[in-house]
Amino acid sequence: MRNAAVVGFAQSPSVRSTQGTTNGVEMLVPVLSEIFAQTGLTKADIDFWCSGSSDYLAGRAFSFIAAVDAIGAFPPINESHVECDAAWAVYEAWIKILTGEADTALVYGFGKSSAGELRRVLSLQLDPYTVAPLWPDSISLAAMQARLGLESGRWTEDDMAAVAARSLADATSNPHAQRSGALTDNAPLIADPLHSYDVAPISDGAAALILTTEERARDLIERPAIISGIDHRIDSAVLGARDLTDSPSTRTAAAAAGARDIEIAELHAPFSHQELILREALELSDAVRINPSGGPLAGNPMFAGGLIRIGEAAKRVHSGDASRVLAHATSGPLLQQNLVAVMEAQS
Amino acid sequence: MTTDVAPLSAPLNIGFDYTRSLGPVLSRFMTALAQRQILGIKGSDGRVHVPPVEYDPVTAEPLTEFVEVGTEGTVLTWSWCPKPVEGQPIQQPFAWALIRLDGADAGLLHAVNVPSPSDIRTGMRVQVQWAEAPTGHIRDIAYFVPTDPGTSAAAPQAPPPPESKRDDEDRVTTIITPIQLAYDHTVSAEESRYLRALADGKLIGQRCAECGQVYIPPRGACPVDGVPTTTEVELPDTGIVTTFCIVNVPFLGQRITPPYVVAYVLLDGADIAFLHLVRGCDSADVRMGMRVRAVWRPKAEWQTSLSNIDYFTPTGERDAPIETFARHL
Repeated sequence: MRNAAVVGFAQSPSVRSTQGTTNGVEMLVPVLSEIFAQTGLTKADIDFWCSGSSDYLAGRAFSFIAAVDAIGAFPPINESHVECDAAWAVYEAWIKILTGEADTALVYGFGKSSAGELRRVLSLQLDPYTVAPLWPDSISLAAMQARLGLESGRWTEDDMAAVAARSLADATSNPHAQRSGALTDNAPLIADPLHSYDVAPISDGAAALILTTEERARDLIERPAIISGIDHRIDSAVLGARDLTDSPSTRTAAAAAGARDIEIAELHAPFSHQELILREALELSDAVRINPSGGPLAGNPMFAGGLIRIGEAAKRVHSGDASRVLAHATSGPLLQQNLVAVMEAQS
Repeated sequence: MTTDVAPLSAPLNIGFDYTRSLGPVLSRFMTALAQRQILGIKGSDGRVHVPPVEYDPVTAEPLTEFVEVGTEGTVLTWSWCPKPVEGQPIQQPFAWALIRLDGADAGLLHAVNVPSPSDIRTGMRVQVQWAEAPTGHIRDIAYFVPTDPGTSAAAPQAPPPPESKRDDEDRVTTIITPIQLAYDHTVSAEESRYLRALADGKLIGQRCAECGQVYIPPRGACPVDGVPTTTEVELPDTGIVTTFCIVNVPFLGQRITPPYVVAYVLLDGADIAFLHLVRGCDSADVRMGMRVRAVWRPKAEWQTSLSNIDYFTPTGERDAPIETFARHL
């Protein structure tokens, strides 16, 4: 079977709020021009387009339809959409390439989280019978998960703060980061036990990534990031039915994706303690460099945050910083769905 | 043409009362709640889940063995919600908790009414505070309170959900959950110029710099080339009907009494048609290619909206031949 590789990646800055529309066109147009300039490809080279975004974030039905203006959808194109983080659109594009239905695919994700009240909007991904009607917000749920770990001795508040401190320090060298620098003393508790630095900021942003066959990739770029394994799994949607301090679906996905001997890992943990859960599930040693981009705590555009992890990890292969990297993406509440991709310089 | 003026934005409030049929498992749970009882269900491993799940979370086996559990329980974990959002059970600072009810194994998520985070801890005993008028809905549990008396006063609550639907045997079969969301909806810079021009009685299109097509309303990006449309073009308020339909069906929110004509109007000089109304003639006389002109509302009523044009009406000129607009169909 043939391989697919990431050959290009571009992203908008993550910002607290843009003046753009919820269909993401304004954010996507510059990102797409950048990725075409970077790879030398044009829209005529793209066999398959796939995106990730959400109507609930936009407050409009079929909101992704307007976004296709940004990709120049006439004459008609071969296009698909996931109502999930665009990392899952990468998975769909990867399948298209492996099955020979496409040689080149462009994946994009976008979200204008600032348009609504994000922590309330995200309640609607919960069980609609017995949970969502209570409107439990995403930050309160994560705070309960954090406390379970703290009180069971799985981690400490210092462990959580260390994740945030490392993320914000690393983000100082990331021009797309929304926040960076040092942790502030007296950071407020925004949902006991979570401090403001434990929670990813509300971000508007977009990103795009190009995948090609390994063969074509070698013509385009010196060190393509070849996807040697990718898998996604899901844990129970019933919050009370699973151990919230663990992520069995990540563990299973990592095993299926062949996640070992990793040098750099980009982890999609919107809350500091979730990185601790993921590190354990992925069995990452202390030698693995985690989120050198600053990670989601430095900026987390909804529905693009996981795609950005794949792009940031791939860039480390392109640049020669690493030969074998891991990217993780999550979707749904409290690490419910998890995707793991392993990329390497040579297969 | 770009501008430093901020794009137009406005509140967008959307809502829908989701009506959901329950199926046998959740129907029994909601029916019992209306009678102030809480039912769990026994999983394949013997663990009791509350609320009951239809399929085992681990093995996916269908589950059928109901168990009545207590209305008191133990806090497994909690968090503090200092700024409640609309719809949450308690509308003042409160705690969320996963609560293991007596007789259950898995936690139920709900709100606990305590005045401050120092009034709740893991392991604390809490009990159900029932809603005054049960409807057969998860919010029949208004919230939980500590079993130690005297620590909390009654809390302000979100409005109760509508009464659930029941069958002849008085089983709750359908729940209704109102969902309301509020957004700040922003139009693009190009659309803002178009809408502001409408408030001056002008129709502004924009031309794609690459393919030369003129779009009205202008677009954030040309769908052919993927680049923003930039060159402004003022268009006349005359054009042709490319295609149309006669609306005979009444529907919720309809503003005009049927029958009436909705048409795609292609303005002279534009490359894309937009939807509007055609009036001022018999519906049966509307034709493809018919020339029309805008009838504007009184100037005092103008807003940043296409509703400034009340409708289009026939000019009486000769129809446009089909080949002049066939590519717009």
